[in-house]
Amino acid sequence: MNNRLFVKGNEAVAMGAIEAGCRYYFGYPITPQNDIPEYMSREMPKVGGFFLQAESEVAAINMVLGAGAAGGRVMTSSSGPGISLKAEGMSFMAGSEVPAVIVNMQRPGPGLGGIDASQADYFQAVKGAGHGGYRLIVLAPWSVQELYDLGMLAFDLADRYRTPVMILGDAMLGQMKEALIPHSYHRPADLPEKDWVVCGKGRRNHANVVKSLMLKDGELEAHNWHLHAKYDLIKQRETRCATDNLDGAELLVTAFGCAARIARTAIDMARGEGMKVGMIRPVTVFPFPSEVYLQATARTPKVLCIELNNGQMVEDVRLSVDRQADVRFYGRPGGTGSLPTPEELLEQIRKHYKD
Amino acid sequence: MAVSVQPVFERPKVLKTTATHYCAGCHHGIVHRLVAEAIDHFGVQDRTIGIGSVGCSVLLYEYFDIDVVEAPHGRAPAVGTGVKRVHPDSVVFTYQGDGDLAAIGTAEIIHAANRGELMTVIFLNNTTYGMTGGQMAPTTLPGQVTTTSPYGRDVKVEGYPIRMAELIAMLGGTGFSARVAVDTPQRVLEAGKTIRKAFGMQIEKQGFAFVEVLGACPTNWGMSALEANARVSGEMMGYFPLGVYKDITVSA
Ligand SMILES: Cc1ncc(C[n+]2csc(CCOP(=O)(O)OP(=O)(O)O)c2C)c(N)n1
Repeated sequence: MNNRLFVKGNEAVAMGAIEAGCRYYFGYPITPQNDIPEYMSREMPKVGGFFLQAESEVAAINMVLGAGAAGGRVMTSSSGPGISLKAEGMSFMAGSEVPAVIVNMQRPGPGLGGIDASQADYFQAVKGAGHGGYRLIVLAPWSVQELYDLGMLAFDLADRYRTPVMILGDAMLGQMKEALIPHSYHRPADLPEKDWVVCGKGRRNHANVVKSLMLKDGELEAHNWHLHAKYDLIKQRETRCATDNLDGAELLVTAFGCAARIARTAIDMARGEGMKVGMIRPVTVFPFPSEVYLQATARTPKVLCIELNNGQMVEDVRLSVDRQADVRFYGRPGGTGSLPTPEELLEQIRKHYKD
Repeated sequence: MAVSVQPVFERPKVLKTTATHYCAGCHHGIVHRLVAEAIDHFGVQDRTIGIGSVGCSVLLYEYFDIDVVEAPHGRAPAVGTGVKRVHPDSVVFTYQGDGDLAAIGTAEIIHAANRGELMTVIFLNNTTYGMTGGQMAPTTLPGQVTTTSPYGRDVKVEGYPIRMAELIAMLGGTGFSARVAVDTPQRVLEAGKTIRKAFGMQIEKQGFAFVEVLGACPTNWGMSALEANARVSGEMMGYFPLGVYKDITVSA
């Protein structure tokens, strides 16, 4: 392959975004995602795009709100404390239906925490960081290639459903280098026209207003049911999940993102020892691939969920299987020196495989 | 004999016929009209985008027949920055109260001004949080009683009222910064000219333009409309002097 690049995950997601037509980036530095704003500051001017280092994550997400409301393909990225600061803005974007892409290269917390890999922001991403009961589409890549691919897809999902989309990466994915095969972006022909954006009334006979305040009788309730129906549609159409060797498995191992990467190696080692281990890796964590778990556990009623936190996605796995399976958990909360090794996970697989 | 009738006073084209929700004696309505007149004056209704803020003026889009984005509390200058970058030829204005602009949104306004964002900011300073029921604002005067400074603002505890027009004038990106009032017909006319100037600065791409308007809030001040007006002319102007604090279009 002549078109094979060796790049960092942080850069891959930025490359995918620009390829998909992202022309506006607003952000604020925070480790472990600084390569993203650095890449954007270098590359955006070359494609006629715009980069701005904001005065804070709060300002950045609101610039994103403005650019998204104005019809631009726009992105921000951050980690940990910075994502917390974006929470209000994300709620406003969900409420006023503004498409945008938010990258979270997770670091461990709470508080300032650390700068290594972690998946402790699963709840924050999937259950809604901000107020008011909204959802984000949350994509969970596990490789540099997938950061690039999902980095592109995120913009189409955002525009199709008029909703903010989060890419949930982590310090390990963002900072590791792997081979990447770039490809060109093809805009889906059926993406809806953005006839709702603010751009000046022009010759339109009505003004466009992008807002989330709804004070008229019944107006807000109707809006929330509309959002609910949209989230249902997203569940039906956009659930993505990778599975492997589910047939005849005695144990299902499930993990997303970097934990899935380590688990993958451990599963291969277990298979080498003759164990029949299947793997379920959600690629979207909202919508969550509940149906996949339900079907797989009808045949294999034992699941080991592995995460880089103290147990978050495992709650969604349990909800999905509705007590028809024995769901177990192994995780570590992240932090310096706290990344599990494949051998450590193999040990867990052996243990749960047996009893 | 035919009589030709010449209109001498009309509703600005940009204002809808919707009655506003503002209290009697509130100055928001006058300032809306002045903003609408400026938009009409330049004939830019078709490319104007308003950024609403959180405060009494949150329903701006009900009154102006223009595209509007509603910003979270304090963030209008950041939202406006995003809008302007996507549509550089649009005319973007934010319309903010003192709680919105000078407390929760201090960082956003300072940095938007400092970057020289080509936008116009209309800042209504009524020394209180009108929408939430009259709490203390960053511009509440020393000794002023509000619902959260029931013994009067104590500058030793709560600090001093912030003079935003002067502060904004100090920043490199600011093209224009002024303070006006709308307490007399004469001052309404002057405020109208100043607001027009601030839109003109943007349209001619000359820099960030900021207009602070001293406004009355009779309801939360516990005054009649006339008393409130008199407070603007007296006590408020004493602390917040009217004037142009920066104008890069005139050489010193
Ligand atoms: C994050 C956040 N904090 C607080 C509020 C509540 N709130 C709504 S309006 C307002 C103050 C508005 O006062 P000001 O900006 O002075 O405008 P006025 O109503 O006086 O015109 C506050 C605190 C909010 N909406 N959002």
